[in-house]
Amino acid sequence: MRTRGNIFSNIDWVIVILYFAMVLTGWVNIYAAVYNEEHHSIFDITQRYGKQLVWIAASVLIILLIFFTDTKVFSTFAYFFYAVMVLILISVLLFGKEVAGSRSWFQIGNLGIQPAEFAKFATALALAKYLSTFNISLSKRRAIIISVFIILIPAGLILLQNDTGSALVFLSFILVLYREGLSGTFLITGLSVAILFVLSLLFDQMYVVIFLSGFAIMALFFIRRSFKNIARVLGILVLASAIVLSVDYAFNNFLGPHQQKRISVLIGVDPDIRGAGYNVHQSKIAIGSGGFWGKGFLEGTQTKYDFVPEQDTDFIFCTMGEEFGFIGSLLVIGLFTGLFLRIIKLAERQKSSFARIYGYGVLSVLLFHFMVNIGMTIGLTPVIGIPLPFFSYGGSSLWAFTILLFIFIRLDAHRAQLL
Amino acid sequence: MASKKSYHTRKYVITGFIILIAFTYLVRLFILQVPNNSYKLSAQNNVLRHITLYPSRGLIYDRNNTLLVYNEAAYDLLVIPAQVSKFDTSYFCSLLRISQEAFNRRFQKALRHSRYRPSIFLEQISKEDFAYLEENLFKFPGFYFQSRTLREYPLELAAHTLGFIGEVDHNNISKEPYYDQGDYIGKSGIEKSYEHILRGRKGSTIKIVDVFNREQGSFEDGHFDTIPLPGSNVTITMDASLQAYGEMLMENKKGSIVAIEPSSGDILTLVTSPSYDPNLLVGRVRSHNYEKLLKDSLRPLMNRATMGTYSPGSTFKILNALIGLQESVLYPETQYHCSGPESRPIRCTHYHQTPLQLKGAIMHSCNPYFWNVFRSIFNQPGFQDNISNAYTVWRDHVTSFGFGKKFETDIPFEMKGNIPLASVYDRIYGKERWTALTIRSLAIGQGEILVTPLQMANFSAILANRGYYYPPHFLKEYTLDGNKVEAQYGKQYSSVIPENFDVIIEAMQDVIGSEHGTAHWVRIPGLTFCGKTGTVENPHGKDHSMFIAFAPKEDPAIALCVIVENAGYGSTWAAPIASLMIEKYITGDINRTWMEQRILESNLMHDQ
Ligand SMILES: [Zn+2]
Repeated sequence: MRTRGNIFSNIDWVIVILYFAMVLTGWVNIYAAVYNEEHHSIFDITQRYGKQLVWIAASVLIILLIFFTDTKVFSTFAYFFYAVMVLILISVLLFGKEVAGSRSWFQIGNLGIQPAEFAKFATALALAKYLSTFNISLSKRRAIIISVFIILIPAGLILLQNDTGSALVFLSFILVLYREGLSGTFLITGLSVAILFVLSLLFDQMYVVIFLSGFAIMALFFIRRSFKNIARVLGILVLASAIVLSVDYAFNNFLGPHQQKRISVLIGVDPDIRGAGYNVHQSKIAIGSGGFWGKGFLEGTQTKYDFVPEQDTDFIFCTMGEEFGFIGSLLVIGLFTGLFLRIIKLAERQKSSFARIYGYGVLSVLLFHFMVNIGMTIGLTPVIGIPLPFFSYGGSSLWAFTILLFIFIRLDAHRAQLL
Repeated sequence: MASKKSYHTRKYVITGFIILIAFTYLVRLFILQVPNNSYKLSAQNNVLRHITLYPSRGLIYDRNNTLLVYNEAAYDLLVIPAQVSKFDTSYFCSLLRISQEAFNRRFQKALRHSRYRPSIFLEQISKEDFAYLEENLFKFPGFYFQSRTLREYPLELAAHTLGFIGEVDHNNISKEPYYDQGDYIGKSGIEKSYEHILRGRKGSTIKIVDVFNREQGSFEDGHFDTIPLPGSNVTITMDASLQAYGEMLMENKKGSIVAIEPSSGDILTLVTSPSYDPNLLVGRVRSHNYEKLLKDSLRPLMNRATMGTYSPGSTFKILNALIGLQESVLYPETQYHCSGPESRPIRCTHYHQTPLQLKGAIMHSCNPYFWNVFRSIFNQPGFQDNISNAYTVWRDHVTSFGFGKKFETDIPFEMKGNIPLASVYDRIYGKERWTALTIRSLAIGQGEILVTPLQMANFSAILANRGYYYPPHFLKEYTLDGNKVEAQYGKQYSSVIPENFDVIIEAMQDVIGSEHGTAHWVRIPGLTFCGKTGTVENPHGKDHSMFIAFAPKEDPAIALCVIVENAGYGSTWAAPIASLMIEKYITGDINRTWMEQRILESNLMHDQ
C-alpha cells in the first residue's frame, strides 16, 4: 500500500465534490418526497430519508475502502469480479426473492440487495481489462464478438430476472466500444435498427414502409446516381422494410398478451392512463407546476399528494422540478453534465488504457441512467424503471454507483505514480 | 499500445453528444416549466384536485326487456386531510347528520389512509341531501363531492341471481390495477360474472381549486382529462314474471325452483327460498344488512338452487333406466317382480300390480325393478370380474348428464355435487371388495351421490331434448360499442341415444297423464306434460319433496326442477308448484286458482 498522503493529494476533488453535491441534493429531495408531518425529523431512520442517510454514511466507508485498496487489485482481479458477479446473477435467479414480478433481490437480514446494480461495475472492469490487453483491436471481428459477449452475459441474466430496465443499461457499453475504435457504422446501424423496431410498434407498419420509401426517394435525389448507389439505397430500403414487417409479425404472433403489454408499456404506447402513461402524465404536471423558481422546499403539492408514483425512486426528479422549478432542473442537468465532462477529461488523461476504458464504462452507465431517467419524467424517453444515479432512494443503487465512480477516481489518483 | 491506432478524437463526438442531450433536456424543461400557465397555479397557491369520473354501470334487463337493475345518482363526500383547515365541526356534523364521535372516527380513518390523498368521508349521500350540502361546502376546505351511482332493483326479485356490488378489497386491487380504493365491484351474481361488461371505464379530470375550496376550472383546458365510458347493458335469460311467480309460490317454504328453456339452456327462473330484497344490499345500509342476513338461521344468503346438494331420490331411477337401455341390458318390455329373492335388497314401497314392464315401473317408482336394472348394468358379460371398470362405465354415463361437475358458465357459487369415483369405494370397502349389491342405494338415487337443483333442472332439459343440453346460463346478450353481442354456448351430448328416451318420456307422461300416475292430480288440461316425483331422504329431518318436469311433451318450452325441503312426498308440494310454474309460463295465466291458493297459504317453514 502506498502512503496515505500520496493518495489524497492526487485525488480529483472536483469530481468528489460533484458526487457529494448530488448525493446530498438527492437526500434532501427524498426528504421532500416522503415528507409528512408525523415524522418531521430528517434523521428519523424509520423513514426513507433516514435510511438513505445511513446508506450515504455507508457509502463514505465504501469510498475510504476503495481509496486504501491497491489499484492493481482492480485490473488483476477484473475477470474474477466479473465471474463472481455472473455466478451471483445466476444464483439470484435460482434463489432470489421475488418483488413485483421480478426475481432480482437477495435478502440479507432486513436488507434487500439487488445484484444487477453491482454487475455494472464488474462488467465495466472486465471490458476494460479485455480491451486494454495488448494486441486487441476492435477492428477485428473476434474482438468485437468477445466484447459483445462480455456485455451480453450479465445483461441476459438480468433480463431473465424480468428486470428489463437494468438489462438495457448494458447496451450503453457500446459507447465504450465506439471510443475504443468500433466502427461508427455499427453505432449508426444499431441505432437505426432500434429506431425501426420502436417505429414499427408505434405506427402501422404500412405507414413506416411508406415513410421509409419516401426517405429513399429523397436520398436518391441527393446522391450521385450511379448504379451502385441506387442499388445500395434500394437494398437498405428492402432490408429496413423487412425488419419492420417481421417485427410486427413477431409481435403479434409469437408474443403472449402479457409480453405484448410489457413492450407496449416500455415504448410508451400503453393506452391505459392509469398505467405507465399515467405516471408520465402525473410527472409532467408536477414538473410543469414548478414554474421558474419552484414552489419552495416542502411546498410541492403534486409530489406531496402522492400523485406521482415512485417519487422517491425512479421519479425523484419530479420533486426537484416541482419544488425548485427550472432553477432546480438547471442545477441537476448542470451537475450531471459537469460530472460527465469531468469523467471524459480524466479518462483522456490516463496513461493506462485500462483506466481510460474503465472511465468510459463509468460514463456510459451514468449517462444512460441520466438520459433515460430524466427523459422519462419529461416524456422524452420510454418509461424504463431505472434510478437516477446518486439521487434516487435505495441502498443497492447508491452503493453500486459509488463503487463504480470511485474505482475510477482511485485509478485516476494512481495515474501520477505510474510512469 | 503504440501499435494501436488512437481514436482519441472520438472524445469530441461523445462530448458533443452529451452537450446535445443536456441542451435538449433543458429546452424541454424550459418549455414545460416556464411559459406554461401552471406557473400561475403555484403563485396563487392553488392545488390540483384529481377527480375520478365514475361511469354509469350497465343496466340489466330480463329476456323480455323488463328492466331489472338501474342506477340512481348519489354522492360521496371526500376529504383530503392535509387541506382541511379549522372549521365549525358541530355545524358540519349537524349538516351531515352524524355525531361528533362518528366525525372523529371517520376523520382518523381518512388520516390513516393518507394525509395527502383523498379518502371517502361519507359515502352515498342522496341527491336531496347533496343539493343542500353543496351550497355550504365552501366553509369546509378539504372536503368535496364526487358523484357516484347506486344500484336500484325496481322489481325486488332474484337477489341471488343479480348479486350486488360493493367496495373493492385489497385482493381486487392487487389483482387488477384498474381498481382504486373506494371503487365498486360486482361481488356476486350477474354483477360479478359480468363485472367487466357492466363496469365501463373510469375517466378522470383535474380541476384547479383555490384556497376557498372553489373549483376554478380544468387544468390545462382538460388536456389531461379522460371521459368515462359508460358500462354496457346486459340482457339475461331470466323471465322476470315467471321468476316473480316462483318466488311468490316459494314464500314460507325452504327450497328452490330452477327452470330452463331446453332448446337453449337459458335459465328462465332460479328461485331460492328464503331470499331477501336486493335493495337491502345497496348503499350505506349494505354492510349492516349483510351482517344481519348472514346471522339469520334460515340462511337467506345461501343459494339453495346452485349450492344446495341433495340425494336425487326416485328421479334418479330414470337415469338408471336410460343407462340400462343404452347398455342393452334393459328393454321396454323387460319385466321384474316386485317380490321374491330378486327384489330382496331393496323393498317396494308402493302397492301395484306385478310384474311390471319399464313404463309401469317408472310410473309406480318401483324400487326392486330399478335395483334389477342397476344390477344388470354391472353384471354385463365382461364386467363381472372387475367392479371398478363396471362402475366407471356407469359413472361416465351419469356425468355425461351434467352431474358431478360444474357447468362453469356464469352461475354464481355453483357446487359440483358428488358422483364418487370408483377409487372412493375402493378406499371404503377395499379394492375389488365391493359389488353392485354394496352400492345398491345408487339404484334408487340414494347413497353417496349428491346433486344440485340446477343439475336436476338440466337433467330434465336433457330428457326434454332427448339426449343433449346447452350448459345452463344467464347471459343472453350485451351491447358492446352499440352492437348487440349474443352469447353462444356449445351443445353437449349425453351418452344415451335419442331413441332410448322414447319409452322414458312416455312413462313420464303417464306419471301425470295416467289415472294411476303418482302425480296425476297436478295435470294441466289441454297440455301434455311429463314429470317424475321424488322423495328425497333427509337424514336430518323430514324428507324433501322433489319434482322434475318438462312441457309441452312435443316441443318442450320449459324444463324444471322443484325442491321443497322437509315437505315429504314429491307429489304433495313440489309437483303442484312445478305444475303452476308450467301453466304460468306456457299459458301466461293460472286457471287452477284452488291449487295456487293451497300453495300460497301453506307455511312449510316451521314444521321441521
Ligand atoms: Zn314395486
